[in-house]
Amino acid sequence: MAPSSWFGRRDPVGGYFGAFGGRFVPETLVAPIQALEAEYLKARCDPQFVAELQRLLEHYVGRETPLWDARRLSAACGGGRILLKREDLTHTGAHKINNALGQALLAQRMGKRRIVAETGAGQHGVASATACALLGLECVVYMGTEDMHRQALNVFRMRLLGATVVGVDSGSCTLKDAINEAMRDWVARPDDTHYLLGSALGPHPYPLMVREFQSVIGREARRQCLAQVGRLPDAVIACVGGGSNAIGIFDAFIDDANVVLIGVEAGGEAIRSGRHAARFAGGAAGVLQGTRTYVLQDEHGNIEATHSVSAGLDYAAVGPEHAYLQETGRAEYPYATDAEALDAFQQLARLEGIIPALESAHAIAYVLKSARRFGPDTVLLVNVSGRGDKDVQTVEQILTEADRVAN
Amino acid sequence: MSRISERFKALRARHETGLVTYITAGDPDLERTAGIMKRLDKAGADVIELGVPFSDPLADGPVIQRATERALAAGTTLPKVLAMLAGIRADISAPVVIFSYANPILRMGLDRFVEGARQAGVDGVLTLDMPPEEGEAFRSAFTGAGIETIFLLSPTTTVERIRKASELGSGFLYGISRLGVTGVRDTVDDSARELAERVKAETAMPLALGFGLSRPEHVKAVGQWADAAVVGSALVKVIAEHGQAPGLLDEVERYVRWLRN
Ligand SMILES: Cc1ncc(COP(=O)(O)O)c(C=O)c1O
Repeated sequence: MAPSSWFGRRDPVGGYFGAFGGRFVPETLVAPIQALEAEYLKARCDPQFVAELQRLLEHYVGRETPLWDARRLSAACGGGRILLKREDLTHTGAHKINNALGQALLAQRMGKRRIVAETGAGQHGVASATACALLGLECVVYMGTEDMHRQALNVFRMRLLGATVVGVDSGSCTLKDAINEAMRDWVARPDDTHYLLGSALGPHPYPLMVREFQSVIGREARRQCLAQVGRLPDAVIACVGGGSNAIGIFDAFIDDANVVLIGVEAGGEAIRSGRHAARFAGGAAGVLQGTRTYVLQDEHGNIEATHSVSAGLDYAAVGPEHAYLQETGRAEYPYATDAEALDAFQQLARLEGIIPALESAHAIAYVLKSARRFGPDTVLLVNVSGRGDKDVQTVEQILTEADRVAN
Repeated sequence: MSRISERFKALRARHETGLVTYITAGDPDLERTAGIMKRLDKAGADVIELGVPFSDPLADGPVIQRATERALAAGTTLPKVLAMLAGIRADISAPVVIFSYANPILRMGLDRFVEGARQAGVDGVLTLDMPPEEGEAFRSAFTGAGIETIFLLSPTTTVERIRKASELGSGFLYGISRLGVTGVRDTVDDSARELAERVKAETAMPLALGFGLSRPEHVKAVGQWADAAVVGSALVKVIAEHGQAPGLLDEVERYVRWLRN
């Protein structure tokens, strides 16, 4: 496949998606980020780079991933026909590996021997540690101490893979604070270090680059859907933390005006300050961590605490392209609560024998809630961004506690 | 001529190294910040940089992060910082520069901020995460109100961008003397001199060099290559150590006088 059909569609103009995006970084990072952008724009047109990435995606990640016709889930929803894109079956168990390998190859191309990454749920940390092990790069992962606690299994996995995991106990001790710390690290060592950002966030070119590395999800799903069903889906549904799995599956359908794009945010306990992570329900435009986008903030511009049962969605800002898709009306962004996601987590396990990540369970929860909106003859494509192995302990604790309270 | 330009002109005329002091506004509270500013002025600070606390200070090291947390816990907000400054501006002769991340200013609203800053007698604004490429709206609003836009330069800044910062910025340029976030170091990096030489080759605009300086010999060393030295984290540390003590203001004055020795 020619590189040009892979990459380079819909580049942001001057780093902006409409009014969102940009490059709001400390001076020290401007030059390294400009160099990164220049190298990325070269790499994506280099057939050798694209072929190497393709080889890894096929033989190492295990792509393409299946598109599963979820009949029992469809029957239970009483809506349309539900197709599950199985990113949970990738090597390391989440879509994060698609981007981690792409950026790690780019780092190698730039002669950078050291990778820093942030992680929330630990999936991006595991994916980065994996890519670094494969390519022989040094890997340092910053992770909030709250997240290290709730995703302990992934901390151990990263260490097994040879990464150094550094706990971050500033602020809310979650993903946002891990990103701050990764940026501080990069500011100190821009020459030998690449910052492997894990979502479609941050300063330009990250939102573009991460989207393009993740766009393989939507390209495959679109082709598979046409082959299996004979037509495009009526809606594409994905959970949105920073927004990488969502933009990755949306990308192939952006120009199909009749396909509804739905990104599901984390409603947490309720849409109350500090108790959720639904940026479009409770946020306002602002600048955080290098980009202008929707941010949960107080009236003086300080970033609000967030909450979600899923560490990967527990973040105060959303990728700038999603802010743009929301503003232009091309995509919509409802939310699912903790309770709905926990219910969906269990339902998908029982109905289809698939235990999803708690993040992905938010997308399933939306479908369980809203499939009827689309009617019986519709086709709904849902991204199962990751598997739930990392979450079983957390869910067990929550359910045991709920049982105890109920009795 | 602006207060900032006048100050640097006078320093050059006297062949003296200027001292730019940074404090986090509202640490330990705004009332004491007002007292600290008066003492900095009295002790001979040439520019006072007033840091606006922000929840996510990603360019700052642990010392200023903790100061920020204390200031936010004390209820410090950007409008309150400007109100405090307005109340004491007449008592202070040194130029005052607001040092902020972009989001508090955006949230207040650029126009409202500029009006408040003008009324409070702010001389310049430095926005840490707003490089020249993104900063045009800020710059033109500040210029319209007679407020200078200060840009940062770093060891990674290319010659082309040094030129851009000196064309678009005014007052002085702030050179980050080493890679990394803010914080106290024992020695002055070689990168400080290299940066100063590259900047001086491009522009005659005054240059203040900082990041990590804490001792009189650092100030002297920097004075060989730049117009002024910036002392931030080390001063914030003095304030942290004496925050609740009655002797806070005396300690601050003593520290700044020592730096000038
Ligand atoms: C399985 C899974 N899905 C989704 C997310 C959320 O990230 P994004 O919105 O970038 O896809 C994460 C993040 O950790 C994740 O691990």
